[in-house]
Amino acid sequence: MSGHHTSAPELWKRSARALAAAVAAGECDALAAVNAGWEGPAAAWERDVHAVVHADPGARAAGAAASAPGPLRGVPVVVKDNLCTTEYPTTCCSRILAGYHPPYDATVVERLRAAGAVVTAKGNMDEFAMGSSTEYSCYGPTRNPYDLARVPGGSSGGPAAAVAYGLAPLALGSDTGGSVRQPAAFCGVFGLKPTYGRLSRYGLVAFGSSLDQVGIFARHAGDVATAYAALAGPDPRDATTRTTPAPDVSGWDLGVAGLSFGWPANLWKEGVEAEVVAAMEEAAAALERAGARRVTFDFLPGEYSVATYYLVATAEASSNLARFDGVRYGFRHADGADVRALYTRTRSAGFGPEVQRRILLGTYALSAGYYDAYYLTAQRARTRIRREYAAAFARCDLMLMPAAPTLAFRLGEKVDDPLAMYLSDIFTIGANLAGIPGFTVPLGLAGDGGRTGAGLPRGIQLLGPEDAEPALLRAGRVIEMGGERARLPRAHESEFAWPTRR
Amino acid sequence: MAYEAVIGLECHIQLRTRSKMFCDCPVEFGAAPNSNVCPVCLGLPGALPKTNRAAIDAALRLGLALGCAVRAESVFARKNYFYPDMPKNYQITQYDRPLCVGGALPLSLDGVTREIALTRIHAEEDTGKSFHPERHGDRRVSRVDFNRAGVPLLELVTEPVLREPAECAAFLTALRRLVRWLDISDGDMEKGQLRCDANVSIRPAGSSGFGVKTELKNLNSIKGVEKGLTAEIARQAGVLAAGGRIEQATLLYDADHDRLAVMRSKEYAHDYRYFPDPDLPALEVDEAWRESARAALPELPWARAARVAERYGVPAYDAAVLCDQRDLADYYEECAAGADGKLASNWLMTEMLRVLKERGWPLAEWRGRVPAGRLRAFLAKVAAKELPGPLAKQVFAWMVDEPGAVEELLARHGVRAQGSADELRPLVRQVIEENPGPVTQYLGGRTATLGFLVGQVMKKSGGQAVPQAVKELLEAELAGRAISGS
Repeated sequence: MSGHHTSAPELWKRSARALAAAVAAGECDALAAVNAGWEGPAAAWERDVHAVVHADPGARAAGAAASAPGPLRGVPVVVKDNLCTTEYPTTCCSRILAGYHPPYDATVVERLRAAGAVVTAKGNMDEFAMGSSTEYSCYGPTRNPYDLARVPGGSSGGPAAAVAYGLAPLALGSDTGGSVRQPAAFCGVFGLKPTYGRLSRYGLVAFGSSLDQVGIFARHAGDVATAYAALAGPDPRDATTRTTPAPDVSGWDLGVAGLSFGWPANLWKEGVEAEVVAAMEEAAAALERAGARRVTFDFLPGEYSVATYYLVATAEASSNLARFDGVRYGFRHADGADVRALYTRTRSAGFGPEVQRRILLGTYALSAGYYDAYYLTAQRARTRIRREYAAAFARCDLMLMPAAPTLAFRLGEKVDDPLAMYLSDIFTIGANLAGIPGFTVPLGLAGDGGRTGAGLPRGIQLLGPEDAEPALLRAGRVIEMGGERARLPRAHESEFAWPTRR
Repeated sequence: MAYEAVIGLECHIQLRTRSKMFCDCPVEFGAAPNSNVCPVCLGLPGALPKTNRAAIDAALRLGLALGCAVRAESVFARKNYFYPDMPKNYQITQYDRPLCVGGALPLSLDGVTREIALTRIHAEEDTGKSFHPERHGDRRVSRVDFNRAGVPLLELVTEPVLREPAECAAFLTALRRLVRWLDISDGDMEKGQLRCDANVSIRPAGSSGFGVKTELKNLNSIKGVEKGLTAEIARQAGVLAAGGRIEQATLLYDADHDRLAVMRSKEYAHDYRYFPDPDLPALEVDEAWRESARAALPELPWARAARVAERYGVPAYDAAVLCDQRDLADYYEECAAGADGKLASNWLMTEMLRVLKERGWPLAEWRGRVPAGRLRAFLAKVAAKELPGPLAKQVFAWMVDEPGAVEELLARHGVRAQGSADELRPLVRQVIEENPGPVTQYLGGRTATLGFLVGQVMKKSGGQAVPQAVKELLEAELAGRAISGS
């Protein structure tokens, strides 16, 4: 494991913590730190990858000038386009919010700024976070920086790809059914979906309110911990935030000695690709080397979880997205003879096909005569899924799981097959239904052993019970460091598996 | 065939909290359009509601005053439908788990008290206001003001136990009194602070089944509720008498023309797709919260009227009038303390209420001018017969517009009550001397003549004599003469 640099790496390659330290020490100014990804070799990537949908050099400069002292001083952050920012439009990559500028910052954006970070761009996403590939964006798809023919995952594909290719060391996404953890795996970066209620949703444009959670992307476990510490905690503006203080993650480098992790013995029947299985084995081995104990048992993440998820999420979405009607903001169809026509034409032209599909599904699930059979049944199933996870965590501290059954798939591969797209979420949606945290940890690139997907990033997922973020981060750090037995200094960072252009 | 109506009311009470139901915007009337708004009450993308505890407190006060059961865990739900004055295109309300259930409002009508059973009371948010449509050339333009969007409302639903339009009017009057009494709303129907929809059906008198009901909306005044229901009951009876069938529908009442118009029929009924609002955790009202709301309740109007009648010896009617408003009842009790309760009630109900009405004053204005202590001193003089009737009325009128004690007012206006025998005896004797005819009639048994003689003395005193004293003195003097003359 390399990482002992003979000279300091270029700014755009540095971790958030290293960058903040450099700014605090006066080694570079905040503007240089903020602009590093826009000027260095990374900048060339953006033309091909298309991770970003709104950016503005003036806003970057103003942000750098206003950068406050704090743990993220001068750190550039890409924020998914469904988080409200006052200096950039917030469109959820939907035509219906074309040109919409929020008059307020999301709470997590406020907290980023308070920690000294600077929002440098808005990241591409599937429209209203509905998708698993970032192909359903009104601005066009984001491509995987490791293979431009492949998707970066979704729905937070833009922020994940931006971190992977070096535009920023840190990004925020949102995770309703895996929208942070799956693209993190496809792009080979860390991706944390915290416990429901730990990061404020105020200013996150809602998709499925009871499932949505803001998530964090970074290239290093320590950066995730630093961002989590800056962002997590009660918010009086979000009644669903937990009122107790967020767990202390400052011990992210303390290792996993004595921790147990669950190993799902029966998972291989679920069509998991061999490279993913190999990554799981490597992760397990790393954890064991560092003193964690493997507990093997049968665990399926809820046979009914996909059906349950698509009922709950679409029901909530059908109501959450009702406000986009052309009356007050965003896109309005020019031809609205009366208010009904205005609604119909605006929504038909403003929403893309996947969003319309989900609004219709959710409306149906809540309709008189179907509510009991669909919405209510889904709520009961959700309670059962929570219990299944609780039972699993009675046997181990963390669960090791795939983040997705496959490595990054090709653009267009699933875009016309909604069911196949929905099934790619099978390992991630359980955490949203149960409200528990999940953490995607990268395991380098797939080797050239004749298998498919050589050179593509691999990632696995760790799940924990509510407020298990400290243990998840420790395990993530251990896997990042290859399970080294000796505790390494916090400043010691592994070399990130950068994409190479081809 | 004789029919009876079955009526249930659905009342909306706009709360007078400082801020809105789910955000910090002020609740204020008459502000410039769209000035009391924020991302939350405008339903901007990403904004989230948070519950205003003061509104829940108000709901608890009303619920506890009406004897409702308070749910320890109630649920906010979304009622989904599209309307331009509803920013989110759903309303946050309560549905299958409302805050308050059951309870009853006691209603006195024609001397009979009935308990009107309630189904539920719940909290919700108001919508904005639409203004339709203005013509701009060949375009029609509607405007929306969101100042009202998110203002806290309580919805109170009665059981279908009301039978007469007049009874419904009385119910609303009593409800309005109660919300004002509890200081949770101004309850002004004309300003939309109290709104009422009615569900009404008719059935053959004496039967226990239910007919097909219609819903009446747009009942903008208590009078309108009564007239609208009367019109709809007559319409339904007419349909049935002609052999027709009542169709389930929502009707709008046009009070100006006393007309009903169909707003939507059954096949266009909304499917509101209610479901629990995932942005708001269940509303928990623990025993401590509930009991502190109960402890903060004032004595309720019906209990107070009963106590006032009993304690001050005034008729039930007087007690009901005095307990129509809490500040009036407070004022009355302060005035009546240690005084003649009936006398105080007479002066307040006839003189004071007349002045308030004439001048359009709130009671607070009156109290500023005539504090209870001042009125008590006045009443003491009246009770001690130190102020003759006409003079008392004059003094009362001066009190309204001038400062000073009764004695000061009399002195300022150069008026003095003459009540002592020494002062009055010369006048009395003079009148007896000057009116031998009436005196003889009186002595002959026509006692009614005494009134004439009292009047003559009053005239000579310039109106300052105390009539009771004059009357007593005259009787004594004339009795002496009758004895000496016989």
